[in-house]
Amino acid sequence: MAQKKGHRSLSSDDPEELARVPLQAVLLADSFATKFRPITLERPKVLLPLVNAPMIDYTLAWLESVGVEEAFVFCCAHSQQVKDYLNKSQWMKQPGTFTVQPIESHDSISAGDALRVIYNLGVICGDFVLVSGDTISNMSLKEALQEHKERRKKDPLAVMTMVIKHSKPSSLTHQTRLGNDEILMAIDPDTKELLYYEDKTDQSQRFITLDKMLLASTPTLHLHNDKQDCYIDICSPEVLSLFTDNFDYQHLRRHFVKGLLVDDLMGYKIFTHEIHSSYAARIDNFRSYDTISKDIIQRWTYPMVPDVQYFGNCSQMKLDRLGIYKAPEVDQSRTAQIRAFSLIGNGTAIGDHSVISNSVIGQSCTIGRNVSIQGSYIWDNVIIEDDCKLSHALVCDGVHLRAGVVLEPGVILSFKVEVGQKIVIPAYSKVSLLPQPSKQDSDEELEYADANSGVVESPSITSIANTRNVDPVPDSPDAEHSDTSEVGISGVGYIWSTTEGGHEEEWRHSIAPIPAEKLMEFCLSAHTDLGVSNQDVNSLPASGELQLDSESTGFDDGEDYKDSADFEKEVEATFQRVLAGVNPENVILEINSLRLSYDMSHADCAGSLFYSIMKSALSAPFSSNRELLLNTGKELSRWKDLLKNCLKTIDEEIEVLLKFEEMCLETTKEFAPLFSAILNHLYEKDILSEDAILSWAEEKEGADESDKVFVKQSEPFLKWLREASEDEDD
Amino acid sequence: MMDFQVVVLAGGTAKKLAPLVSKEVPKALLPVANRPVLSYVLELLESSNLKDLIVVVEGEDAALRVGGWISGAYVDRLHVEVAAVPEDVGTAGALRAVAHHLTANDVLIVSGDLVSDVPPGAVAATHRRHGAVVTTLLCYAPVSGPSDTGSSAGKDKVKKSRYNIVGLDPTRQLLLHIAAGAEVEKDIRVQKNILRAVGQLEIRADLMDAHMYAFKRTVLQDVLDQKDTFHSIRQDVLPYLVRTQLRSEISANGLHKVEDNANGRVSSQNYVTWMSQHREIAPSAYQELLALSPRSPENALRTHKCCAYIASKSKYCARLNSIQAFSDINRDVVGEASHLSGYSFSSQNNIIHPSAELGSKTTVGPQCMLAEGSQMGDKCSVKRSIIGRHCRIGSNVKIVNSVVMNHVTIEDGCLVQGSVICSNVHLQERVVLKDCQIGAGYVVTSGSEYKSEPLARK
Repeated sequence: MAQKKGHRSLSSDDPEELARVPLQAVLLADSFATKFRPITLERPKVLLPLVNAPMIDYTLAWLESVGVEEAFVFCCAHSQQVKDYLNKSQWMKQPGTFTVQPIESHDSISAGDALRVIYNLGVICGDFVLVSGDTISNMSLKEALQEHKERRKKDPLAVMTMVIKHSKPSSLTHQTRLGNDEILMAIDPDTKELLYYEDKTDQSQRFITLDKMLLASTPTLHLHNDKQDCYIDICSPEVLSLFTDNFDYQHLRRHFVKGLLVDDLMGYKIFTHEIHSSYAARIDNFRSYDTISKDIIQRWTYPMVPDVQYFGNCSQMKLDRLGIYKAPEVDQSRTAQIRAFSLIGNGTAIGDHSVISNSVIGQSCTIGRNVSIQGSYIWDNVIIEDDCKLSHALVCDGVHLRAGVVLEPGVILSFKVEVGQKIVIPAYSKVSLLPQPSKQDSDEELEYADANSGVVESPSITSIANTRNVDPVPDSPDAEHSDTSEVGISGVGYIWSTTEGGHEEEWRHSIAPIPAEKLMEFCLSAHTDLGVSNQDVNSLPASGELQLDSESTGFDDGEDYKDSADFEKEVEATFQRVLAGVNPENVILEINSLRLSYDMSHADCAGSLFYSIMKSALSAPFSSNRELLLNTGKELSRWKDLLKNCLKTIDEEIEVLLKFEEMCLETTKEFAPLFSAILNHLYEKDILSEDAILSWAEEKEGADESDKVFVKQSEPFLKWLREASEDEDD
Repeated sequence: MMDFQVVVLAGGTAKKLAPLVSKEVPKALLPVANRPVLSYVLELLESSNLKDLIVVVEGEDAALRVGGWISGAYVDRLHVEVAAVPEDVGTAGALRAVAHHLTANDVLIVSGDLVSDVPPGAVAATHRRHGAVVTTLLCYAPVSGPSDTGSSAGKDKVKKSRYNIVGLDPTRQLLLHIAAGAEVEKDIRVQKNILRAVGQLEIRADLMDAHMYAFKRTVLQDVLDQKDTFHSIRQDVLPYLVRTQLRSEISANGLHKVEDNANGRVSSQNYVTWMSQHREIAPSAYQELLALSPRSPENALRTHKCCAYIASKSKYCARLNSIQAFSDINRDVVGEASHLSGYSFSSQNNIIHPSAELGSKTTVGPQCMLAEGSQMGDKCSVKRSIIGRHCRIGSNVKIVNSVVMNHVTIEDGCLVQGSVICSNVHLQERVVLKDCQIGAGYVVTSGSEYKSEPLARK
């Protein structure tokens, strides 16, 4: 406290303080991600209702409450909708100290681009708060701002203060609660400087690798995986120019934060501010949507709760016991039950014997009889006919569920989808009136700029063909009775196939509770798989920490890993040039020189080249495994000579096999079911010798069960090989 | 303290300490303020009421000498067995050799070259309180010695080679990571599963392993048996136990079941607290897991605990394992850590034995020691130095920052600075020594000057 006083008296003399700069904020009304698809194809994420109020209202209300005077709302995807909304809302009208100003851009594909646009506009003149429009918080920024300013005075290189929060005791809960990726941070306990940041941690890496030099300036650092990044940053104007200088910075964390931490040339520093009792979280995916909705209903976000008027929401919401909120005009049957932690919007009617628990229901919905709604989010104007069962589902505006529909956990129904009678929508399905955009596009994480930017007019044939369980039935609700297949929907809408991460990731981000076996797997994997195995220790030579280190360099030394990744990329690029028509012989030369400059072995070359070839096989369109196998066969025969060039000894051949296994497990899982078939192919084409295959299988003998998946898959082939070789011996 | 056995690893005739050590003077008997360094450990143990000791010495000869000295000095005070092991078996080898003598539940292993006032009882208590398999004493690595010694460069070197990179949990009682600072080349590599288990891991570079360990006996014996390549406690056994703590490979009977709720460690209890946060979302999963966990004890994760006892900054802790350390410790024990010496200091802050004789105009400064029967001529000056028994020192001799052992003859006009002079050395007239080590019995001819050189008899 004494410090604060000291500061105050100091600052009164400070000319900077005298020329008062209004506190500004940049609100990114585009998450530059696709996690809320298919909903975000039609409406921008920030306008999605969170407990019946658009997310952006929470963020703006918070910004106003912390004393921000000027907020720039950066809109990109569906910018018109955001602008229209703001224009109609009270934010633009209200007189007073808080002004909201939209900034529109159509070609930004990342937060980096957005900040570059803002830099070019030259509207930011001092420290500013950077948030995205899906942030819910009730924290006070005063302390964090003051810390930031004081630090800046002493050290102009302290350009950013990141708000973090202690997450639940176990990291596992942390991840499962908000569905985020694990975040690892190293923080100096005294200065709170952020020294290391890693999100999207590579689960296969068993070690965190910290530069020893971090300990040169401070004797102690704290490594955390129990902190949550609130994605609220206080930035100095330099941050914008840094983005402009480094035009390749796209992602705020992955590029900018990491970039600054790694770059010791410029010496920019990032600090953290930890909040303890207040609330701050960001809606990143459906799971956090669910969690944060519950937090709001349970009033962790007070005063941002449904029954308090903090912005244009309906303040007539009445809070009953057990956390039940009801709008004044709810037509509830006497036999209907509304259970704990639920909210019912205005004008909604609920029929006899229906039960609603842990759910949010929007305005003007019609809910029939004997409907059970549990842990679900129903937006506005939804019609749910009798006997429907919804659990842990999200249902957007205007959806119509006919009688007897069952939504299994994790289902997302986008706007105006209609579902025919007695249809069961399987868990984790996402249904939309819009067809799924083809896969290539989703690679670049961006939301569709506008609904009319092409998706609707040109649902490519392949994308429809690719989508699983598709049954785009014409808008005649009566016609469907006959073709109610088990998988189809008699109604309107496409079921999207799961996106690239596949089902693996689906459960993590879904509203649905995490399946028991996943939880089990999750908590076991965190401890067992990553431990030091018996083998490693036994192979440990006579003594020493040095040995420990070098022992581990074997599999995943950070530096080494990076290099080999680079190397792989280079080889791939080189290979691409062959595809473009460069003479293969030159390519062999090139790869050789790459090998020397990266100090790689022949085996690495073989592995990387094989990887490139397989990737090119994968890039050709295919609709079935058979087709993929055919493609692969073609590619392999085509590049056989090139590959053979790198396969000088059996070691390289084994490396290729190991690489292939790794690919099937990680990067290109598409090949996993074909492993054995392709192995056979490699043998037939004389790319891999019998000896190599057999010694690979032998090597795997002692491995973990999980490691032997592919050996097992190939067992018939291996058996045949062994027998063949025995025959020869005889 | 009843069920603690103590093993003191007293070393042999360490080559690193040549020419100070010799056949006659093994490392354990090197003088610190005129008494063998081993006496500091023995008396420290005695003060914690640890009187049942096994002292392991490398080499038969050395063992005989050490044994002889102990039986003379501690005959009624301690119960000591001296065991001889071959040279170069390493600390792990030394323990293997005496393993069959160990019967107590826990074993305290102390390096014989430790000069410290950290009570071993505190380490033992921490060990017992946590039911740890190993507890190690960590103390603050010296940041900089007394600045007036002028050997700050040497000090830096000491620091660099000694400190450890240590990972601790938020309570600073669990040892989660350990690596020798000097051996970590560029990257510190921390196991993610350990971080996940604790949530927050403190990494420090200001502590060092003081070579006092409490081990669960069965675990120690198991590891020594199974890992026959392990050579050193510090470099092999301890890091091994630390890195496998969440995935224990130690046989079950040696294992203390971890039940720790305060620290968020992985334990059955922790699973429960974690799962309970999911109750609202996933009631089925919660129940199932609970039901599952006791059903499969084989799959249950076995963990063991490694603990650390961090000595407070005010405690003295040093190991006599280099010549630099020898000089530093000798200086400290009559200087800043004088309470360790066991002597009472005069009002001039020095110790001059009543039987010592000083010539006229000879001064002995503070933080000095002059032992019994030594004689000094006229106009001598002694600063921050220790002079042993029965030395004969002529006139006009200057001794600064040095250690002079017993029966040394120094003739007129010599200058000795920053040096160590072993017993029975003879410095003839006007010898100048700076930062030298003179082995026992050596004769330095008159007028010679040496700088930074070890000298010993062939």
